[in-house]
Amino acid sequence: MNKQEFIASLRARLAGLPEGEIDARAEFYGEMIDDRIEEGASEEEAVLAVGSLDDVVREILSQIPLGSLVRDKIKPKRAFRSWEILLFVLGAPLWISLLAGGFAVVLGIFACALSILISLWATGAALAASGVGGALAGVGLLLFGNKITGVGLLGAALVCAGLSIFMFYASKAATKGTFLLAKKCILGVKCQILKGGRDDA
Amino acid sequence: MDIQLKRGLLDVCVLAAIKNEASYGYKIIKDMKPYIEMSESTLYTILKRLELSGLLTVEAVEHGGRLRKYYRITKAGAARILEFKREWREVMSIYQFVTKGDEAL
Repeated sequence: MNKQEFIASLRARLAGLPEGEIDARAEFYGEMIDDRIEEGASEEEAVLAVGSLDDVVREILSQIPLGSLVRDKIKPKRAFRSWEILLFVLGAPLWISLLAGGFAVVLGIFACALSILISLWATGAALAASGVGGALAGVGLLLFGNKITGVGLLGAALVCAGLSIFMFYASKAATKGTFLLAKKCILGVKCQILKGGRDDA
Repeated sequence: MDIQLKRGLLDVCVLAAIKNEASYGYKIIKDMKPYIEMSESTLYTILKRLELSGLLTVEAVEHGGRLRKYYRITKAGAARILEFKREWREVMSIYQFVTKGDEAL
């Protein structure tokens, strides 16, 4: 791929962003390629050194906040006509409820994921507490009470302690996985917004 | 590393790369490479942020028949580096306290 093709593809892939932003990015990458060529690299080598188009677009998207992408997307490109304003007002019961429904779904998914994570951590903490409590009670029974029950309690405490260690690592992995998944989802939404921009263009 | 801390460090690194003379994107990446790897996209975001914060200015200069953007540090940018050095001395003294006696372990 030569510089011109790379810049043209980059522009096309970023089509949902504001024009000024696309120009600035294309100019920046173009300059980077030119500087590498000036240093002795061939045009193809210079383009390759910048990275694959997919990686470049993904990285650019990950650095633009979702809020600003949405804001740019919904910003009207021209002044509304009077019939559009009328339609907007008359359709309010429909679009407000749809918007509220969509928001409720997103909020519900977020609350679900958060509650699962909290329950995992709480289970781990409860198991750890049972382990400590069981061990103390077991030792107490061994010294001053029924020795067989004491041994049984100590065994159960050990199982609880082992499970709590397992739960700690499981909860940690689940938390990390959830955050990575959320990050991927946000990137996916951003890609869809850009795709929408390309279709509009 | 904490994201905010890393972001602050990268900002200062870019400012340090232009503290002596105005520089351009590719040279900044090249000068920083022995110390820290940075992608073009990350550099673009940092340069934009520093420009908006008034820590550097941008000037397009004609070079070899094309325009190249040069980034120049401002007084506020130089002050940010000084502030970083002062803060870092404190961090280093805390680090020395934390690691004191580790050789004996």
